[in-house]
Amino acid sequence: MIISIIVKKLKNAVTDLLPIVLVIAFFQIFVLKQPLPQMGEVIFGTLLVVAGLSLFVQGLEMGLFPIGEAMAHALAKKGSIFWLLFFAFTLGFSTTVAEPALLAVTAEAAEIASKSGLINPGKESLNQYAFGLRITVAFSVGLAILIGVMRIIRGWPIHYLIISGYVVVMLMSIIAPKEIIGLAYDAGGVTTSTITVPLVAALGVGLASSIKGRSPLVDGFGLIAFASLLPIIFVMGYGLVMFG
Amino acid sequence: MEFIHSFSQILLGTCIDVLPIIILIIGFQFLVLRQPIAHISRLIVGGVYVVIGLALFLAGLEKALFPLGNIMATQLSDPAFIYGTDKIVMDTDWKAYGWVYLFAAMIGFATTIAEPSLIAVAYKASEVSAGIISQWGLRITVALGVAFGISLGTFRIITGTPLYQYILAGYMIVIVQTIFAPKNIIPLAYDSGGVTTSTVTVPLVAALGLGLAATVPGRNPALDGFGLIAFASLCPIITVMGYAQLMHWFTKHKTKSREKSNAL
Repeated sequence: MIISIIVKKLKNAVTDLLPIVLVIAFFQIFVLKQPLPQMGEVIFGTLLVVAGLSLFVQGLEMGLFPIGEAMAHALAKKGSIFWLLFFAFTLGFSTTVAEPALLAVTAEAAEIASKSGLINPGKESLNQYAFGLRITVAFSVGLAILIGVMRIIRGWPIHYLIISGYVVVMLMSIIAPKEIIGLAYDAGGVTTSTITVPLVAALGVGLASSIKGRSPLVDGFGLIAFASLLPIIFVMGYGLVMFG
Repeated sequence: MEFIHSFSQILLGTCIDVLPIIILIIGFQFLVLRQPIAHISRLIVGGVYVVIGLALFLAGLEKALFPLGNIMATQLSDPAFIYGTDKIVMDTDWKAYGWVYLFAAMIGFATTIAEPSLIAVAYKASEVSAGIISQWGLRITVALGVAFGISLGTFRIITGTPLYQYILAGYMIVIVQTIFAPKNIIPLAYDSGGVTTSTVTVPLVAALGLGLAATVPGRNPALDGFGLIAFASLCPIITVMGYAQLMHWFTKHKTKSREKSNAL
């Protein structure tokens, strides 16, 4: 019984990874025509990836999804909008502020800004700039989850909010400094980590299924969309404020 | 030994990632909700699986796939490979980069299929829609979007055209599609833009972007290296809505022709 579950999970993980292996093998053999360096390392690493992915998916089903939904149900039952919104904001802010991908991106952005002469090249001003950027992004993700939860409670249609967000992005792209635009667009993509996404998805779906008149499919999704859009606006805003 | 060191480093990083979530949930349970959690031991085991699984996954990627992907990205964007000579090429010919576009598309597709966040969202979407949205259907549609997006992104780096023009055009397409797409797919389509780019895709794609910007004559890695991720987040929204529209149109067409034949 348990063995058959494990075999099934491993089989799924192998299927998930097969495309990467095929692409790399194809390019190595037919295009670059070079032998794979360190074959043993590569095989060992791939086995780790397969085991890790199987374990992760098993953990999603057992832990992350149920806890997200349980929290959503409990908060909806409590009926306090304040605590629900507080939970939403804190979840977004706290999972983003220490995110390693964000740390890397903001450090790099500070580097670029100092090379372009936008900020002082001193270490202190670099750190200050990177820290400010990080807080800005984390705040915007918190606010995004808060707005998304508000939308689920009220049942607002998502496209009005997202399209107005797009219009704001377009207008800001015209006036924002050139050095920050590429970074701002990318910031939307790097904010949501692999652990946050399942939790936020479960929160949205759980909330939509415990509030009367909301459909989990139409109202439950969309939280991640806000979390990818709002950082773009806020990072461009940060650029405008800093470089005027 | 060296591996154990790097693995524990990654495990620690993943734990730090989870820490705020644990504090938040425990804090809310004790201070606000004041209720015991059902099936607590099962949840804890699940949480431990997630952390260890993710750490193994990342360690394996760092050991096997990232170094390979980086080497391949640099080799493919090397002018000596592209123009077949060691001559210094002053003018960039975007047509010479065929293998780069193909590699970008294929690696974008392949990494998206393996992306754990997308697996999670596809799982939820299929559960919530009672199987009408199939996990593989959604994942392949999103992966095709990322493939097209990354490929277009490399084209942009090679030609050096401004990023915002592409993004604005993409937004226009999304807005027009939103008007015509079936209403229940829209939130999921918007979400699929954000989930495509995390643990697997970002490092490989960033390496490709920076490698290209560094080797293509006249490009500045600082300015032109960014932006691939933006394409990878925008294009899946378009493909997911496009697929839903196609399916919608197809079923409507089918029922119509069936009605017609019934009437006859």
